[in-house]
Amino acid sequence: MRRYSVFALAREGVRHHTGWDRAWASPLPKSRYDVVIVGAGGHGLATAYYLGRTHGIRNVAVIEKGWLGGGNTGRNTTIIRSNYLQDPSAAIYEKARSLYEDLSQELNYNVMFSPRGVMMLAQTLHEVRGYKRTAEANALQGVETEFIPPGRVKELCPIIHIDGPRYPVLGALWQPRGGTARHDAVAWGYARACADMGMDIIEQCEVKGVTSANGVVTGVETTKGTIACGKLALVVAGHSSVLAEMAGFRLPIESMPLQALVSEPIKPCMDVVVMANTVHGYMSQSDKGEMVIGGGTDGYNAYTQRGSFHHIEETVRALVETFPMISRLKMLRQWGGIVDMTGDRSPILSRTPLGNCFVNCGWGTGGFKAIPGSGWAMAELVATGQPGPLAAPFGLDRFREGRFIDESVAAGVAH
Amino acid sequence: MLTLTCPHCGVQADETELSPGGEAHLKRHGPGSSEEEFEGYLFQRQNPKGPHYERWRHSYGCGRWFLAARDTATNRVFGTYPASLAAPSDGLRSLISTAGAGRGFEPGAPSPAPEAAQ
Repeated sequence: MRRYSVFALAREGVRHHTGWDRAWASPLPKSRYDVVIVGAGGHGLATAYYLGRTHGIRNVAVIEKGWLGGGNTGRNTTIIRSNYLQDPSAAIYEKARSLYEDLSQELNYNVMFSPRGVMMLAQTLHEVRGYKRTAEANALQGVETEFIPPGRVKELCPIIHIDGPRYPVLGALWQPRGGTARHDAVAWGYARACADMGMDIIEQCEVKGVTSANGVVTGVETTKGTIACGKLALVVAGHSSVLAEMAGFRLPIESMPLQALVSEPIKPCMDVVVMANTVHGYMSQSDKGEMVIGGGTDGYNAYTQRGSFHHIEETVRALVETFPMISRLKMLRQWGGIVDMTGDRSPILSRTPLGNCFVNCGWGTGGFKAIPGSGWAMAELVATGQPGPLAAPFGLDRFREGRFIDESVAAGVAH
Repeated sequence: MLTLTCPHCGVQADETELSPGGEAHLKRHGPGSSEEEFEGYLFQRQNPKGPHYERWRHSYGCGRWFLAARDTATNRVFGTYPASLAAPSDGLRSLISTAGAGRGFEPGAPSPAPEAAQ
């Protein structure tokens, strides 16, 4: 693989850009791999990457029914933060956030990580208490956050209306090293690095069945033929239940559409990420100038990838109240992704009832921020067959034992 | 917008008038049940991509619970019926099978024993 650099750019500049390599090949599947990962989104590709880099397992295929990064990886609002309340969550999300810090250098691919700061507004007394508690917990966990007063909120983001009639801003939980990254580039960067290690990334290849013998997985049947594997990792987010059924077990997951939308591009007006969980909306500005807006999930199971229209109205109404200057902004695009929700709103990184089959799912509405940490922990689980310290609390057994990592209460609604 | 007909009051209700209640026909497990049974009842769900039997409450209408059969991949509604029924009618089930949606009716099917699950 030829490295990207300023010299490569200069060289190609005088050659009319005819000498760039393909970032990853699109091979036909081999008949057998040591590890097959289903799902070429961020989490699947990151799992493959750390399997190769950390554990030396490189006979790996990542198979994807659509195109690379075309599911939730390409549909989220790109927010990265780690200000969670519970220790296991803070550990894995902070691992992810810290890996994002130098991911561009590590992958030799600009993922445009922008630690511009994430602000979660407290608009009720309950939220003030909750976020103060989170800030204290984060201090113990080694996650840098602080609770800031309304004046500081206004200073950091002047377009916020802090004296709103319904929900005045009473303060905010501020994580200065949170921010955003280019979501597509995260998938592309990992894919390029995986291909460079000799792994196969196979797009347009849908899994139709999982084969097993004596309770141990032997391979997958796909639209591009049967692929045998030593180990299988299911990393498919919204379709986890569908894959689990093929593998013969059931997950504590419900799949629902989550929507996002972007506005027409405008001049730079906010350089932080703002989440307003009471009124339920969050917003940041992309480098192109679009306001990137995250909305709510539908309350019922669906795989439709669009979501209900009234949620858009609720989200936009909430944000107009918080940011009155956007009231005449036109919205450019709206879309939905299918999020895999668990009962405690925490992910699952686990062994499964099927031997040598592992599952990484349940990231719900907040998976993008976790991609590097999730891949890191999942690679360890797949390589050794045992969860490491980051993954161990997120096993499937917690639902039987009642050992929840309850972020549904801790994180409010936005996640 | 998703519209369901409440089988109790007959109103064609928009989803903003309704509250979703998750998978229907779960077998309830009470005191004395095993941990696996509780886990299945409380958390494990079929979550199918296709026909789904589910609970709804007509919250901003008559206030009563009812059940619906809806395709989660297309949002096509096959029909609604009172929550007092233990299973969907034969007519509804044959409508779903003739729609080619594949999946049969599995009332609160218990999960396979997750022995190796960690």
